[in-house]
Amino acid sequence: MKPWYQLRKETVLGLGALVLVWQIASYFFPVYLFPPVPAIAEKFLEIFLDQESLANAGATAARIFAGLTAAFLLGVVLAFVMGRSERSYRYVYPLLNFIQGVPALSWVVIAIIWFKGTEPRILFIMTATTLPAFSFQILDAYRAMSKDLFEMTLSFRPSKRDLFRTLILPTIVPGMLTAWKVNLGNASRVVVVAELVGATGGIGYQLLMQQQLFDMAGALAWTLVLVAFVLLVQQVITRLEGWLLAYRPSTERSA
Amino acid sequence: MSGEDANAAAAAIEFRKVVKRFLHQDRREESFLAVDRLSFEVAPGEMVAVLGRTGCGKSTMFNLLAGLLEPTEGEVRVLGHDPFREFDWFRGKVAVVFQNDRLMPWRTAVENVELGIELAGKNAEERRKIALGWLDRLGLKGHEHDYPHALSGGMRQRVSLARAFAVNPEILLCDEPFSALDELTGQRLREEYAQLVRENDKTSIFVTHSINEALQLGERILVFHRPAQIALEAKVAGGDREAIRQRVLAAMNLRDAEAEAAA
Repeated sequence: MKPWYQLRKETVLGLGALVLVWQIASYFFPVYLFPPVPAIAEKFLEIFLDQESLANAGATAARIFAGLTAAFLLGVVLAFVMGRSERSYRYVYPLLNFIQGVPALSWVVIAIIWFKGTEPRILFIMTATTLPAFSFQILDAYRAMSKDLFEMTLSFRPSKRDLFRTLILPTIVPGMLTAWKVNLGNASRVVVVAELVGATGGIGYQLLMQQQLFDMAGALAWTLVLVAFVLLVQQVITRLEGWLLAYRPSTERSA
Repeated sequence: MSGEDANAAAAAIEFRKVVKRFLHQDRREESFLAVDRLSFEVAPGEMVAVLGRTGCGKSTMFNLLAGLLEPTEGEVRVLGHDPFREFDWFRGKVAVVFQNDRLMPWRTAVENVELGIELAGKNAEERRKIALGWLDRLGLKGHEHDYPHALSGGMRQRVSLARAFAVNPEILLCDEPFSALDELTGQRLREEYAQLVRENDKTSIFVTHSINEALQLGERILVFHRPAQIALEAKVAGGDREAIRQRVLAAMNLRDAEAEAAA
């Protein structure tokens, strides 16, 4: 794996081509449709130089983390309940499947009707939209646990706590990390919708402001902030994955 | 000495008319008989080899002994206790070496050896010292911090042997641990295993389908036929090995012929 700062040549060329096409388009279209790239970059930098803007970005990040953490904790509990009892699985699995089928926008409407404050609304929306994926991915990892390793560990008569610590936790860690990576992308999309509808701060709210001002450069700058945040956190998770799963064999030949 | 302790002293392992039936997964009302009224005893410090063909119930007997399965009928006693019902009592007293090495891929060799002693509650410093000692003894010095994928099959099985011996168990259970290794590595590990069991005065049950392995590692051989029942019991120590081999072969073939005729 390459360090984050060593971007592939193809990545740089691909993104560079997009920037170039956008800049060329800006010469032929009005500013409110295709603002020039320097204008977008300027707005992007302004966000990082203005404390209030940074606070808005921070609020969104905090909402993503709070929602994902709540969904993760609940997802772990539900995954274990389903994994340990076939009867519970038969009850809980269809419920989670149903929840997964509900569109994010429906959760937004339900949250607005059910909850009074902005933060409980957004927490509820984030949790409801990411809970099923967390539960299913952790359940899959739990069920993929090696029967051989389970019997071997049991032969040493561990306590339940030790069994969890020495076998179950290391078994499900890769599934947990994948779940975080997948759900981070989902959460960043949902949080913007939630903020767009019901918040008075955050990246979604700022996007709404830019729409009302017809400021495309601002809208793109705020979008880039969110994308940068997601990419940064994904890098952190990938680093963590590299450290925690260092025991995995690597091969010189790719598939 | 209590009655229970006296019993434990008399026989380290005891099977009394043990029956094990499994329900077919798809037909819940029917069952498969894996062990049929099996009775035998193993004295403290004795090395017993259990021999039988594939599917004769050796592994089921092994799992009953390890406390991983509960008998349908009869009684299993290990050191005077029930290995299934008194599961926790056996912590640190019994260790198992399985057919495949069953090393945790996320633990290095030394961390794998530490597993049993860690679960028995020894502190980090003490268990590291014990684990390193056993790795050294089994010729793995220099590989302590290698992950299992970086070790050969023979080295991995040595780590699993070290893991079992590190617990210093009273009873050692082995389920064909060398069957997947090449002849030379298997032979070398068999010799090391026999030496370690004798030196450390362990009671050991060694399950195998190889007559040579049974003769090499058993002071006594129990030949199983299907469903697990004793077809022959032969004392190896001090006996004529060729004569024993012929008796064992005859017992295995005879029982197979009987089973075929009955079918």
